Amino acid sequence: MSDASYKFEKSGRTLMEQLFEPPAVGKMSLVAKIVAYTFLAIWSVFVLFPIYWVIITSFKDAAAVNQGPFYIPFVDFQPNLDAWRAQFNTDLHCDLSSILRQLYLLVHNSFVFVVSPVISLTPMEPQICKIYLAFTNSVVISIASTILCVTVGSMAAYALARIQYKPKFGNILVFVALIVAVIFATTYAGIPWWASSAVALALFFFLVRSIGRYFRMALGNGDILFWIISQRILPPIVVVIPVYVMFQAVGLLDTHLALIVLYAVANLPIVVWLMHDFFASLPIELEESAQLDGATRLGIFWEIVLPLTRPGLAATTLLILVLNWNEYLFAVFIATVKVQTMPIMVAAKNAGEKGVFWWEMCAVIVVMIIPVILMAILLTKFISRGVLQGAMKG
Amino acid sequence: MAGSPLRESWGEWIDRHSGTFFIAPAVTLILIFAIFPTFYSLVFAMSRVRFTGDGLKFRFVGFRNFAKQFFGNDQVHFLGRTEPVSILGMLVFAVIVVSVLVWLYRSRKITTWVGMLGRTVSAAMAIFLAWVLGASLLSGNSIGTIYTTLFYVIVGCGIQFVIGTGLAFLCSQPISGKNFFRVIFFIPLMVTPLGVGYAMKMVADVTKGPFEPLLSVIGLENWVWSVDPWSARFVMMVGDSWQWIPFIFICMLAALENVPRDHVEAAQVDGASSIQIFREITWPQIVPVAVTVLLIRAVEAFKIVDLPNIMTGGGPGSSTESMTLHSLYVWRANDIGTSAAIAYLLLILTVILCASFFNYVVIGQLRRAKE
Repeated sequence: MSDASYKFEKSGRTLMEQLFEPPAVGKMSLVAKIVAYTFLAIWSVFVLFPIYWVIITSFKDAAAVNQGPFYIPFVDFQPNLDAWRAQFNTDLHCDLSSILRQLYLLVHNSFVFVVSPVISLTPMEPQICKIYLAFTNSVVISIASTILCVTVGSMAAYALARIQYKPKFGNILVFVALIVAVIFATTYAGIPWWASSAVALALFFFLVRSIGRYFRMALGNGDILFWIISQRILPPIVVVIPVYVMFQAVGLLDTHLALIVLYAVANLPIVVWLMHDFFASLPIELEESAQLDGATRLGIFWEIVLPLTRPGLAATTLLILVLNWNEYLFAVFIATVKVQTMPIMVAAKNAGEKGVFWWEMCAVIVVMIIPVILMAILLTKFISRGVLQGAMKG
Repeated sequence: MAGSPLRESWGEWIDRHSGTFFIAPAVTLILIFAIFPTFYSLVFAMSRVRFTGDGLKFRFVGFRNFAKQFFGNDQVHFLGRTEPVSILGMLVFAVIVVSVLVWLYRSRKITTWVGMLGRTVSAAMAIFLAWVLGASLLSGNSIGTIYTTLFYVIVGCGIQFVIGTGLAFLCSQPISGKNFFRVIFFIPLMVTPLGVGYAMKMVADVTKGPFEPLLSVIGLENWVWSVDPWSARFVMMVGDSWQWIPFIFICMLAALENVPRDHVEAAQVDGASSIQIFREITWPQIVPVAVTVLLIRAVEAFKIVDLPNIMTGGGPGSSTESMTLHSLYVWRANDIGTSAAIAYLLLILTVILCASFFNYVVIGQLRRAKE
C-alpha cells in the first residue's frame, strides 16, 4: 500500500463520509470516536468524583464542610490538616513506635494463647491509639488470612485438578447425621461441645471403617469442586451467629485468630475456583516426568507447579487481600473491642454525640482506601495481561 | 513393593497419603466454619435463645420464628403489607401462576424425576414470590425486606449489566488510552464497601453535598431523597452500581476481546452496520460469559448490607433494609432466634433463585457455547 493511494482515498471522501464512515477496517469514524470518548470521560468523572470528594473533605475544617459545598482547594476553601492531626496526634501513644508495640502485643498474645492450656499468663491490653491499632489489626489480619486462604485453597485446587477422589455418598450422609447429633446433644442435652464432637469424630471413623465399604454410590472431583465453590452462595449472616457462639465457647471471641480463620474460609471458594483453572491448564507431562524422577507430590507442587502458576497466584493473592481488607460483616460480630479493623473504626466514627465529624472520618477513609487503590492498579496489570481470563470464561 | 511398611519413612508415608493431606485442610475448614454453622443455625432459628450467666439457653419453639415472618406480627416488615389486593395484583399473580404451571407441565417430558423435583421447588418459589409481588407492590402497598432485597438484586444487576457491558463495548473498540480507562474503571470495585457508603452519603447529601447548587437550579432545594422509600432505594442502587459496574466491565471486556477480530472485520468489509455486527457476531459469543457473570453478581448482590446500613440505616422506616440488614438489626435487639430464622430464609431464597438461574439459563448457554 503506497502513501499516494491512502491520500487519494482520504481526499475523495465527502464531509458526511468523513464523519460517519470509518476510514479503514479496524478504525472508528469521527463521530463514533467522539461519542465513545464522551461516554468514557463521563464515566471516569463519575468514578473518580466520590473519591476526590472524600480526599478534599479530609482537608476541610468544620466550617468548610458545614457551610455548603466547596469544590476546589485553595480556590473555594483553605485546606488544612486539622482532621489528620486529630487522628495522629490527639490520642495517647500516637507515634510510629506504637505500630511496633502493637506487633509485639500480637506476638505476645498469640504466645499466651498457645500456652494457655498449660501456663496462664495475662494477655497484654492494646494501647489507645485508634488509627494505628486499627491499621495494624487490618494489615495483620488480612495478610495472615490471605496466606492461610491461598495456601489451603491452592493445595485443594491442585489436588482436585490432579488426584482422583471418590468420597462415598453414604459416608457423607453418616457425617451429616453425626453433625446433627452433636448439635442436638450440645444444645438440648447440655453435653459439653468438646465431648460430643470427640465422640462423634471417633464414631465417624469407626463407622467409615466398618460399614463404609458397603456403600456404592460415590462422588467425583467435579462434585467436590462444585460443592466448595457453591459455598460462596452461603450468605455470611447465616453462619455468623453460630460462629459467634462457637468462638465464645472456645474463648476466641475478639481475637485476631478468629477473624483470620473466618476470612480465610469465606474466600476459600474464590481461591479454589481461580486456582483450579490455572492448575488444570498446566501440561501434565512435566509433573509425570518429575514423578518418574522420584519427586514427592508436595515437592512437585512446591517446586514445579507453583512457580509455573506464579502470575495467577499473584493475582489471586491480591484479590483475596483486597477482599479481606474490605470485610465488614464478620468484623462487626466478632471484633468488638480489641481487634477493631479499619472498616469498624470508620463505622465507629459515625456514632459521635456532637454529630458526625465528616472531615475526620474522611481522613480515616483515605487511610483505609489508599492501600486498596494501589492494589487495584497492580491487579489491573495482571488482568490486562489476561491472567484471570480462563476463570472468567466460566 | 517399595519396601515393607516397617521400613517406610515418614516422608514416604506422607507422600502415599498426599491426596488426603492436600485436600483435608480446605475441607476441614469449610466443614467447621460453613457446614456446621449452617446446620447449627437451624437450631437457633427453631429456638428461643436467651443469654444467661452460664452461656446460652435454648428453648425449642418449632417453626414459630419462621411463621412469624409470614403470618405474625413481623409480616409487614418481612413480606410487606399484603392487603387490600388490587385487581392488577390478582391479574399478574394469575398470569404468573398459569405460565409457571404450564412450564412445569411441559417440562415433565424433558427431565428426570430429580429434575422434576427441582423444577417443582422453583415453581413453588416463583408462585410464592408472584403472590407477594401481586399483594404488596402491584396493589400499591409497601414492600418488605424480601422484595427490597430482590429489588436490589434484579434492578442492581440489570443496571450494572447494561452499563458495564456498554462501557466494555466502548473500551473494546480501537481507541487509544484503553489501559488508562481500564485502571480508572476498575478502582471502585476494590474500594471498601463501607467507604463507598460514606462517600456516597456525603456526595448525595442534599444540603452540604456537591450537587446542592444543581438541585436548587432545577427547583428541588427542599427535596430529600432519604424520606421517600423509592428514591432512597434508587440512591442505594447508584452507590451499589458505582461499586459493582467495574466487575461486569472487566469480565465483559475480557469476553469481548476474546471475540475473534477477523469475524468482525470480515463483516465490516461486507458492509454490515455496527448494530448488526454486535447482534449477529459479538453477542452470541459473549452470552455464556454474560450469564455466568450475572450469576456471580447476583450471588453477591443477595448479601448486600453495608450500603443501606450506612446510607440510610435501613430507613425511612424499614424500606431500604435488605434481609441481611434486617437480620442484623434483629440480632442487635437480642432476638437471636428470629435473626437466625431471617438469615435462613435468605439462604433458602438465594439458593433456590441462584440454582434455578444456573440450571435453566447458565448451563444451557455454556453447553451451547461448547458445541
